[in-house]
Amino acid sequence: MTEHETLEQRLHEQGISRRSFLKFCAAMATMMALPPSSATAIAAALSQAKRPSVIWLSFQECTGCTESLTRSHSPTLESMIFDLISLDYHHTLQAASGFAAEQARDEAMKEFHGKYLLLVDGSIPLKDGGVYSTIAGRTNLDMLQEAAAGAAAIVAVGSCAAFGGLPNAQPNPTGAVAVSDIIKDKPIINISGCPPIPAVITAVLAHYLTFGALPALDDLGRPKAFYGETIHDRCYRRPMYEQGKFAKSFDDEGARNGWCLYELGCKGPTTHNACATTKWNGGAGFPIEAGHGCLGCSEPKFWDVGSFYTPLPAPAADVTAFAQAAALAGAAAAVVLSTADRAKQRRAQRSRQKLTVSDLKGE
Amino acid sequence: MDQELLLWVRGTGLQIATAVFVLGMSYRVLHLLLLGRKPSLAVARGSEWAGGLRTMWQRSFMLPSLSGRGLFTVIAGYVFHVGFLITLFFLSQHIDLFRAVFGFGWPALPRGVIDVAAVLAIGAMVALLVHRFIDPVKRLLSGFEDFLTWTLSFLPLLTGFMLLRNIGFEYLTLLTLHIASVELLMVVAPFTKLAHMFTTFMARWYNGAVNGFKGINA
Repeated sequence: MTEHETLEQRLHEQGISRRSFLKFCAAMATMMALPPSSATAIAAALSQAKRPSVIWLSFQECTGCTESLTRSHSPTLESMIFDLISLDYHHTLQAASGFAAEQARDEAMKEFHGKYLLLVDGSIPLKDGGVYSTIAGRTNLDMLQEAAAGAAAIVAVGSCAAFGGLPNAQPNPTGAVAVSDIIKDKPIINISGCPPIPAVITAVLAHYLTFGALPALDDLGRPKAFYGETIHDRCYRRPMYEQGKFAKSFDDEGARNGWCLYELGCKGPTTHNACATTKWNGGAGFPIEAGHGCLGCSEPKFWDVGSFYTPLPAPAADVTAFAQAAALAGAAAAVVLSTADRAKQRRAQRSRQKLTVSDLKGE
Repeated sequence: MDQELLLWVRGTGLQIATAVFVLGMSYRVLHLLLLGRKPSLAVARGSEWAGGLRTMWQRSFMLPSLSGRGLFTVIAGYVFHVGFLITLFFLSQHIDLFRAVFGFGWPALPRGVIDVAAVLAIGAMVALLVHRFIDPVKRLLSGFEDFLTWTLSFLPLLTGFMLLRNIGFEYLTLLTLHIASVELLMVVAPFTKLAHMFTTFMARWYNGAVNGFKGINA
């Protein structure tokens, strides 16, 4: 744990050539939309970087984020880099358990106070004193506040940590909130997604190691380099959208010919993420390439913004009942007011005084 | 703009707008119909229904006798209405909406046709507004309601075209603005001259029926 040797040494030991390392740096620079010359800067910085201490806290989550990070890219350089941070505490990945695990966290927090990176996945329940998720007898809220106090920066990994995610979905029985709802005095970077793209996590860490600062963020705290554009903007099926070629069901001819999935509920147009460019499973593809529309998982409240299969232009709630009730009410109002009008008319007719000859004569 | 706002305009906002629109329109239309007419004691010289239906049909076309008096207004008016109706009823996204609400749809027109219709409608509206300011008679006749209804009709067209062609703002922002602008139109329409979207044909039938009863061939 305390062996914080440089990255280059570790890479060399693990048989990663300098050429592969430079290729990785160039890829990182490209992904983050940095100028080409910055690849050498990244290489220089990374090769000399000491392994930063990272504490990873998992709260109300499904471990999908960790699975995404560790499994899908396992033989690539990205995960090697991830190996090479000093992951001092991670529920799922650490060998230690029980008291020893909690002690490792305490030691890392003490030794690297003010310097360690805090990675969080999962939301934090606040209802009923936070009793709905506890670790070693302590609530998530308590553990987050303690760990955040000494962190240089916090990375909220996945939509649960970034925006509350699934636990936060209506009716939110545990009162789940995002990291940024609790911690206000530390830089927080949200890497949203359910799960997020592994390369994005790696790139953010590489950026932090190179420049000592977090990358440019959008208004939801997500790195602009990856969340600056929508899935729709970069989708390979975009020309089909522009041409008005839409699949009508998941197994019709349009779907087989790779037509746009907009009418099948694709949320690509309103979802910011890099799936369409960075892709998944080592570049094998992304959901739309597999024939399913985007669910919008990297956006806040994605569980609560209507069905995954409702097209964007369609109503997100039933309007028919409202329309029927309104039509009846409108008709009733018309009948009542018309009746009142007629009654008024009849009254006026009854009370009309007849003009007589004597009136005209002015008598 | 965020996702929740979009959900609101697609959900609660749409429910409110639909309720107000349907309530207002059903009230306006039924109230007009219930006004009724006194039975005419004269001998009919022709059929009310034939005259009414004929006028409903004929007034949908440009009459050469009328166009001479305000050729620009008549042509621009037709261009706007035709363009507006084409974009409203034949854009595939709108048909998705109708299918979701009514349970049936119809084939869409190609995107190029929609683009042309939308641009013509927007251009006609701008031209009509400019003409409203330039022409002394129109300027004298214009009031607050005219500018309100112009704005409320123009915004859905403009935001819709921007959305379709990816102009200016993000999809999320433009979709939210587009739906919100339509809802504003729906809420105000029944209580302004925009109610003509339902009452026009009734009024035409009434004029035609009166003339038909009197045996006037109009």
